[in-house]
Amino acid sequence: MTRVVFLLPLVLFAVVAGYFAVPLLTGRDPGELPSALIDRPVPDMALPPLFEGAPGLGSDDLRGGVTLVNFFASWCVPCRAEHPVLTRLAQSETLHGISYKDDPARTREWLAELGDPFERIGTDTSGRAAIEWGVYGVPETYIIDRDGRIRYRHAGPVTRTVLEDEILPLLRHLREAES
Amino acid sequence: MIIELGHHALVLAFLVALLQGTVPLVGAARRDRALMELGRSAALVQLLALAGAFAALTHAYVTSDFSVLNVAENSHSMKPMLYKVSGVWGNHEGSMLLWVLVLAAFGLAVALRGHGLPAVLKARVLAIQGLLGAGFLGFILLTSNPFVRLDPVPADGRDLNPLLQDPGLAFHPPMLYLGYVGFSVAFSFSVAALIEGRVDPAWARWVRPWTLAAWSALTAGIALGSWWAYYELGWGGWWYWDPVENASFMPWLAGTALLHSAIVVEKRDALKSWTILLAIVAFGFSLMGTFLVRSGVLTSVHAFAVDPDRGLYILVLLAVTIGGALALFAFRAPAMAPGSLFRPISREGGLVANNLLLATATATVCVGTLYPLFLDAATGEKVSVGPPFFHSTFVPVMLPLVLLAGIGPLLAWKRADLEGVFTRLRVAALVAGAVALLTWLLQHGHHPGPVIGLALAAWLAASTLIEWTGRVGLFRRRGTAARIIGLPRSAHGMTLAHLGLAVFICGAVGDSFWRREVVVDATPGAVAELAGYRVVLEDIRSGSGPNYEAEVVRLRVERDGETIGELRPERRFYPVQGTRTTEAAIRSRPLGDLYAAVGEGRTPQHRTLRLWHAPLVPWIWAGALMMVTGGLVSLSDRRLRVGAPRRTVGPVTQPAGGD
Repeated sequence: MTRVVFLLPLVLFAVVAGYFAVPLLTGRDPGELPSALIDRPVPDMALPPLFEGAPGLGSDDLRGGVTLVNFFASWCVPCRAEHPVLTRLAQSETLHGISYKDDPARTREWLAELGDPFERIGTDTSGRAAIEWGVYGVPETYIIDRDGRIRYRHAGPVTRTVLEDEILPLLRHLREAES
Repeated sequence: MIIELGHHALVLAFLVALLQGTVPLVGAARRDRALMELGRSAALVQLLALAGAFAALTHAYVTSDFSVLNVAENSHSMKPMLYKVSGVWGNHEGSMLLWVLVLAAFGLAVALRGHGLPAVLKARVLAIQGLLGAGFLGFILLTSNPFVRLDPVPADGRDLNPLLQDPGLAFHPPMLYLGYVGFSVAFSFSVAALIEGRVDPAWARWVRPWTLAAWSALTAGIALGSWWAYYELGWGGWWYWDPVENASFMPWLAGTALLHSAIVVEKRDALKSWTILLAIVAFGFSLMGTFLVRSGVLTSVHAFAVDPDRGLYILVLLAVTIGGALALFAFRAPAMAPGSLFRPISREGGLVANNLLLATATATVCVGTLYPLFLDAATGEKVSVGPPFFHSTFVPVMLPLVLLAGIGPLLAWKRADLEGVFTRLRVAALVAGAVALLTWLLQHGHHPGPVIGLALAAWLAASTLIEWTGRVGLFRRRGTAARIIGLPRSAHGMTLAHLGLAVFICGAVGDSFWRREVVVDATPGAVAELAGYRVVLEDIRSGSGPNYEAEVVRLRVERDGETIGELRPERRFYPVQGTRTTEAAIRSRPLGDLYAAVGEGRTPQHRTLRLWHAPLVPWIWAGALMMVTGGLVSLSDRRLRVGAPRRTVGPVTQPAGGD
């Protein structure tokens, strides 16, 4: 009988630890930020271009094929970290950029230094477009399907793991659905 | 170069910790003196290596070396030096480094000061400390290495979260960690005692000072955190029952229980298994605090390192250390010699009641904190448990505890004369009754809360003073001064800490029930009235600091037609992180705070001005300060400083019993 009493703390602990393990092992990310815009059409926008003479970025550019949109800024360190991954991604995919609350001259310098992986770049100097997209902080990356609906959102830098486990499989899936 | 050296030092510390965690254990089992002695030198080398690693990281912060990812993400060249240094532990990786550094420092302290300890016990304690260190160093090296380089090197850093750029918060994590990690010593002693299968009074004499030190640091850490929340977050509250606050409060409650039960082990050789269990639980909650903040299992403002991989590692670490210790407890504790007996009405009995109430309180906070998690795991439903739950469950457990804290110290060991105690406490009961009556008559609206709260605080303060004056013989005999000096410091410490609790209760009651608040949408020239104060918005100016732009609102405070001071709440904008913060302005007086914060207004000319009058709020921190001081005074007791008297038995002691 006494022994059972002494076992009690261990049993209680095991139960608590079990509950902790559930969210961790099922791979559910508790920090995940669900986007209210998932499966909704992209917000209307017509952003001015970054480079003079180049096209800007509007909602219409996001229809007709699967595209990716990346919010970035030259002042953002994680953007620098994800840049090589995006460059690799842009070799096979259509990637648009939106420069968020940034001085265009600085953005241009930044891209000149690191390379420009973007098909089109819109400048969102006021941050208004970002508000409509529900951007939480830069960098953020969105996947848009051919109908111009937002299908995926990733907050924070795109790492190789995110690219391989989430972005590429979803792009493949969207392609298959298309054909 | 320095960064790579730091990294190597970290790896060295890990390897040495592994040695420290294994070799002395083998030595203790074989009674091999040389192997046991290795623990001492290993503890020293581990600390030196970690101090080197910590210095390397600090150097990178001070010199703004943005080739280090950790520095680039958390610092900025324009940041004031204090925050460059505090930035070292203002992020996940650096704070873990600080954690192991403190752990190693405690390990070395045991190694150096433990000359009175039986060699076998000491070797085992050092080994457990080494294993803990190895576990956490493995965590740092595998998932949270602060020495990762960044290429290409960014021109400047991302800056520390502006909310964290505050003197209160610069010292909050180190104090908290001193407390959390301090409980590791009690834990290691307990596991060592379980391995040995015996607990002797010398054991308690060792555990108590370490617990006291940890408890004092944790109290200070929690108080600093709550003070920071009060003046920096701009919400005017000081405790939100936020999961992460609770995560630091649970080890505090368990530690408070441990502090009291260790007295019984030391003085009366009873409650041994229970004390061991409390030591494991207190450290378990400390680890859980770390786990909850870092795993992202619970989201909160504090969660600065959300990463499921890290969460899993810490969970495994938690399972091995606490699960292992509790399994050892389940197998070894039943066989331990029972302690001496006592009557229910005795000092021991009072301390048992204290422990039961504190354990209930811990369990209450634990359930409230984890319930949303359980529900989410079981049903997927998301709920949050807020202050109302804690007010209706935690507070009722505290009321009898405070009542008891007044009586307990007057009870005699073994068997107490309850009637005699109540005779001595007649005055305290009268004081409490008078305070209750006055509160009832003077307050607006007859709410029972402040009446009960203040009466209990008065009861505790009065009975604590009666006990103290009785012991020093104030008003009765000559030689009071000599008695004050002659009384063990631990007695003064207890008096001070219990008085601190009474003072704290007054502050909590005043703020919870009597706070007045006005919110006005104001332009310059506007006037707000609150609790007898007249506050005039003079003007709005702009200014700037080293790494922020500020808007300063000047408020003139008047009372009875006379200007008595000025308040300058600010709104700051930190361009690097693009974040705004609110800097509240507080006019603090012993009887209450006048608190002002500004926010965005209806139009560009308007500002939302929030004014609070929070009576007795400074008493909250004054009380906490008294508790910390009480702990430190008690720690300076000669008995604890000298440590256990040298044992006459040699290093080879015979384990009593076991399976």
